[in-house]
Formats: sequence, C-alpha cells, structure tokens
Amino acid sequence: MPGIRIDKNHCKGCELCIRACPQNIISMSKEITVRGYYFAQVHDPSRCIGCQLCAIVCPDVAIEVIAHGTSYALIEY
Amino acid sequence: MSSNSNVIFSRPEAMHDTVTHYCPGCTHGIIHRLVAEALDELGVRDKAVGVAPVGCSVLIYNYINCDFMEAPHGRAPALATGFKRMRPDMTVFTYQGDGDLASIGMGEIVHAANRGEKFTTIFVNNAIYGMTGGQMAPTTMPQQITTTSPKGRDVSQVGYPIRMAEILSALVTPSYIERVAVHTPQHILKAKKAIYKAFKYQVEGRCYSMVEVLSTCPTNWGYTPQEATKWLADNMVPYYELKCFKDPEKTEGF
Amino acid sequence: MKGNEAIAEAAIRAGAEGYFCYPITPQSEVAEYLTKRMPEVGGVFLQGESEVAVGNMLFGAASTGKRVFTTSSSPGISLMQESISYMAGAHLPAVLVNIMRGGPGLGGILPAQSDYFQAVKGGGHGDYRLLVLAPSTVQEAVDLMMLSFDLADKYRNPVMMIGDGMIGQMMEAVEFPEEKEIKRNNPDESDWAVNGAKDRKPRIIKSLFLDPHQLEDNSWLLDDKYEQMKREEVRYELYKVNAKNKLLIVSYGTMARICQTVIDELESEGISVGLFRPITLYPYPMKELKKEAVKKNIKTVLTVEMSTAQMLEDVERSILGKKQIEFFGRTGGIVPTPDEVKSKVLELIKPKKKAKTSEKKKRGKNVK
Repeated sequence: MPGIRIDKNHCKGCELCIRACPQNIISMSKEITVRGYYFAQVHDPSRCIGCQLCAIVCPDVAIEVIAHGTSYALIEY
Repeated sequence: MSSNSNVIFSRPEAMHDTVTHYCPGCTHGIIHRLVAEALDELGVRDKAVGVAPVGCSVLIYNYINCDFMEAPHGRAPALATGFKRMRPDMTVFTYQGDGDLASIGMGEIVHAANRGEKFTTIFVNNAIYGMTGGQMAPTTMPQQITTTSPKGRDVSQVGYPIRMAEILSALVTPSYIERVAVHTPQHILKAKKAIYKAFKYQVEGRCYSMVEVLSTCPTNWGYTPQEATKWLADNMVPYYELKCFKDPEKTEGF
Repeated sequence: MKGNEAIAEAAIRAGAEGYFCYPITPQSEVAEYLTKRMPEVGGVFLQGESEVAVGNMLFGAASTGKRVFTTSSSPGISLMQESISYMAGAHLPAVLVNIMRGGPGLGGILPAQSDYFQAVKGGGHGDYRLLVLAPSTVQEAVDLMMLSFDLADKYRNPVMMIGDGMIGQMMEAVEFPEEKEIKRNNPDESDWAVNGAKDRKPRIIKSLFLDPHQLEDNSWLLDDKYEQMKREEVRYELYKVNAKNKLLIVSYGTMARICQTVIDELESEGISVGLFRPITLYPYPMKELKKEAVKKNIKTVLTVEMSTAQMLEDVERSILGKKQIEFFGRTGGIVPTPDEVKSKVLELIKPKKKAKTSEKKKRGKNVK
C-alpha cells in the first residue's frame, strides 16, 4: 500500500502538507529536530493513497512518495 | 505492475540534498524543484548554467546542481546574454526576484527579451524585497504593508504594481511569456508545465522564454505559510492574471 | 590605420571571440569596425542597451573562458565600474579599453587623461586593482592590446588599456602578427570556466562570500596577484635619459610624445632633458622612477599630464620628497602644445621673477 517518507532534517514545520493531504493523516510531531523545528509525520499511514499532493506542495522537497501496484497510476506526475 | 515498492516522487537529481536557507513555507523551494525537474527531464543539467540574482535566491547555486554565475543586482539578463551568445550550445537560465528583475534590472530584462536572447528567465514575484527584510517592491500590492510602505502601498504616491508578463509580452519580438503561481498543488502542476515548456523552447533554440511565478513570503508578509497561500490567492491572483501571454507557437507568423 | 580600428584588429589577432559595446564618442569606430570584422572570424559582436549592461555581458561572456573585451570612453567606463569590481572579485579575465575624453560628467569629447585615478586606484568597490596599460603610439596600442589578453588570462583579472581621443583618432602605420597564428582559448580545457558540470562538481563564478573569513581570503588572494604584477609586469620607457639631464619629465600616453618633441627641441638648444614614460600605470614603476629621479644631475622632476594632476600623486609617492617635483597640465580636452611645455621647462631650469602669476589669472574665466 502506498506511503510517504518525510525527511526530518529537511522539514521546517511549515505545515503546508498537512492541509494539502486529502486524507488528513499528517500532523506535527511533538519533539523538535536539531534545527529546532517540529516536523510533519503521518499518524495513520494505512489511509495514505499515494496522491503525492503533500510532496508537491513541500517547499523543502522533504517528502518521498512510495507506492506499489496500480494505485499510484491515479496521477501521472 | 511490479509489486516491489518504488519511489514515484523524490528529490530531482538536479537538486542538491542541502537544506535550503529559505524560511519555512517559502515557495522558492518549490520553484527550485520545478526548475531542477525541467533540467533533468530535458537532460540538460550537465550543460546548463544558471545566473543567480541578488536577493533571497542568490544562494540558488547551493541548491541546483549545475554551473552558476552570480550576477550583480538586476544584471542577470546581461550575464545570460553575454554567456549564451558565446555558448549557444549551453542551456542558460536566470532566476530572479521582483526587486532584481522589475526594479533595478528593468532595463536589462526588457532589452534581453526584445533582442530575443535565447535563454530562460524564471521570475519569482512575491511582491516584496525578501532578503533585505520586507521593503516595498515594484510588484507590492496596493495597500500592502511593508517596511517602506508602513501605511500600505499608496498608489497615488508610488504608482501601481508592475505587471512584468504583460510588459514583456507587449514586445514585438517573438517569445514565450507565461505567468503561473505555486500556492496550491494544481497551480504547482501548471507551473511545472510552463517552466518545462520554457526550457524546451530554449533547448529547441526557438525564442526567449520567461515564466513569472507568483510566490509567497510568509515571513515578510507577516502570515503563516498557510495564510500566505490564501493571501496570494485572494490578492495577487486577481491582479496578476495567470495565463500564457505569448507563445511562439501562436505568433510565429507575425 | 586609425587607432580605434587598429585596437579592434589587434584584439581579433589576439584571439578575442566576443566584443560587447555601447556607442560613445571618441571610440565608436571600434564598434563600427568590429560589427563587420567579428562575424568574419566567427566571433560575437553585440551592442548592448547601456554600458551597465555591456559590462555585465562581458562578465557573462568571460565566464565561458573565451577571450572577450569591450571598449568605451570615460562616462561609459564609469557605468561599468560595478561589473569590473564583480569581475575582479570573481577572478574573471577580461579586457577593457578606455579611450578617455574630457570629464567629469558629460565633460567633452576631446582627448584627456583625467580618468587616471578611476583606472589605477580601482574605480569600483572593494579591495581590487586593474592592470592598467597606457600606449603612446598606435603600434604600441596594438602591441599592448594583444598583451592585455595574455595578462588577463595569466592573472584572471580584468586588464584595462587607457588611451585618449588622439590615440583613437590618429592614423599611423601598424603591423600585426599573421592572422593564421591566432590562438584561441578552448573553454573545455579550462579548469575554472563554466562549461557545463559534466562528470564534475558544479563551478560557481561568484564574488559573494557571506563568511568574512572566506571574503578576506579572497581579497588576500587578489592581493597576491597584484604583488605578482608588481614583481613581473612593470613596464616603462626612458627617452634621452642621461647624465647630462638637468630635468626629468614624467608623462604617459600621447602626452609623452609631445614631451619627446619638446626634449628634441631643447636638445638642439643645448638643454638636456630626459623623459620617464610609464607604460604600466598599475603596477606603477615606482622603484625605477625613483632610481632615475634621485640622480645628482636631475634638478627637478616635472610631471606633465592632460589632467589637473592625478599621476602626480604616484610620482610623489615614488620619489618620496627626494627631489623637487613640479606639475604642468591642461585638461578638458585641451592638449598642451610643445611650446607651453617647453616654456614651463625653461621656467624651471632658468627661474625668472614673474613666472607664477601667468597661470593663476587663466583659471575659470571661460566657464559659462
């Protein structure tokens, strides 16, 4: 099933991905990174549909999207 | 369909892995990615030369993985002209902000476009001087508050924001001029197509190409990144029409 | 051949492949010549929208590693100072020619040497210098023009040749090396030029160093170049300098040729005067000038310029008070006649009572 990987070091906690996610499964972490930012994380990976919207809006290209099978064919990026 | 996990979205090869200095939520980063993706998809990364402006994005040469020249404030189009004329085989692009291009560099950009120089300009319009701390730019919106327009831009004193896409598309010399924005996913996808097309026209040696990209500046606008995208949509998009102003495909036989 | 055109052809023979210009009297003929000639050799000719743009086109073109140059005149060179400072800071080789005209401001279009400070003391911002050469004949202008490209590449620093309206407009016989021996820089062999990051880390031509340690290193790196220039590139010429000289004239460019005429005339009248002619204005031949000036037989050193005394400061700096130094100059486009210079020399060698007054009353009476 599809999923995303958020690179904690790159994330600056701008929260743009949170609103972009149609499944509302991204939220901010409680602890902060060495750079002093809260970082985004997926709190319900099972509902990720691999739509890539979070990765598209991320200004720091901190999100990688992984998908298997046919689901990722929805959006040809 | 292979069943193993494969990555369908990742950092383009033409983008270094360094963490940018841009403020959280600043959409410069997105535009950098779109430029890097265009260089990769056209396979010109290893013969590309970027011209960095003076402004927040001067450090673009630390983020995009190709040769760079760093221009004095506003002079990037002149550097690009000099370089491209000597090496037409290489892909040359300038990445400039609104202070750099529409203020001090107005002379250079208009003449480069008018000569039809075969390079590409990515013009990031965030309606403010970012690097120097939020002063009013030529593209600052009416009533927009900045450190040099504390009561909001007073158009009766300093005139209206400058629409660069319209100005450059009024030149007779054929060129590709489009204005896009990067504040929502679908706008970003459109912006990607425009930036790709701009570079493609250059690789084909067709014409001068410029993409004006409306971009956010959360820090100096005084908004959260999310609010900034909303402010852009509500204020900038109505004034700065998002469309293709000029395309050699259509006006070739002029 | 006319000076302006000779300079243009010299650049072609030196392997220049890019010329960017903006029309300005008194050197527009360079552009008019090259607009035909440059394409013939497969080079780039482009007229920009301003000298500001032209200076920056030069920066971009120089980044390719090819030999590029521009020519302009005083006000135009003022507009290029920003790009010159950037080129120096980014270690870029480029050649600029200033065919000087009367200044300041719009000034005039007649020959002058009033841009000496701008050229020699670095007209832009930051710790940088230009290697500055000053020809006095059209042939020398050709030779120095070709030398400029070699020195620019050697030091990866802008080089400026300064002449004046006369050199530009004068017609003289000139020889060039054979055209087939033109050697051109190959950008792909360069280890610094921007030629595409294929199988290598990207190269960045820049002068921004936000970290002060790096910026200081860069400035000291530039300084090392200038020290090397001082050791290796000083050039000057002596004219009829000998033990009988009573007075030593210091002058450069076409002004020096006028002084040579004066020296010949005085020689026929039994008065021995020598000429020290610096060819490199930076690095200035300080040691060499001092060596000549301190000789016992020299009573006075007379600096002659087409300006209100600019090189005088370097002459004083070289001689350090070891000899009395006098100045004679006309500016604004007025070229001193041999007689004027001669009367000044005679005045210094055989002082008469009322010498001083004549100069004072002339000042400012023609200004409207």
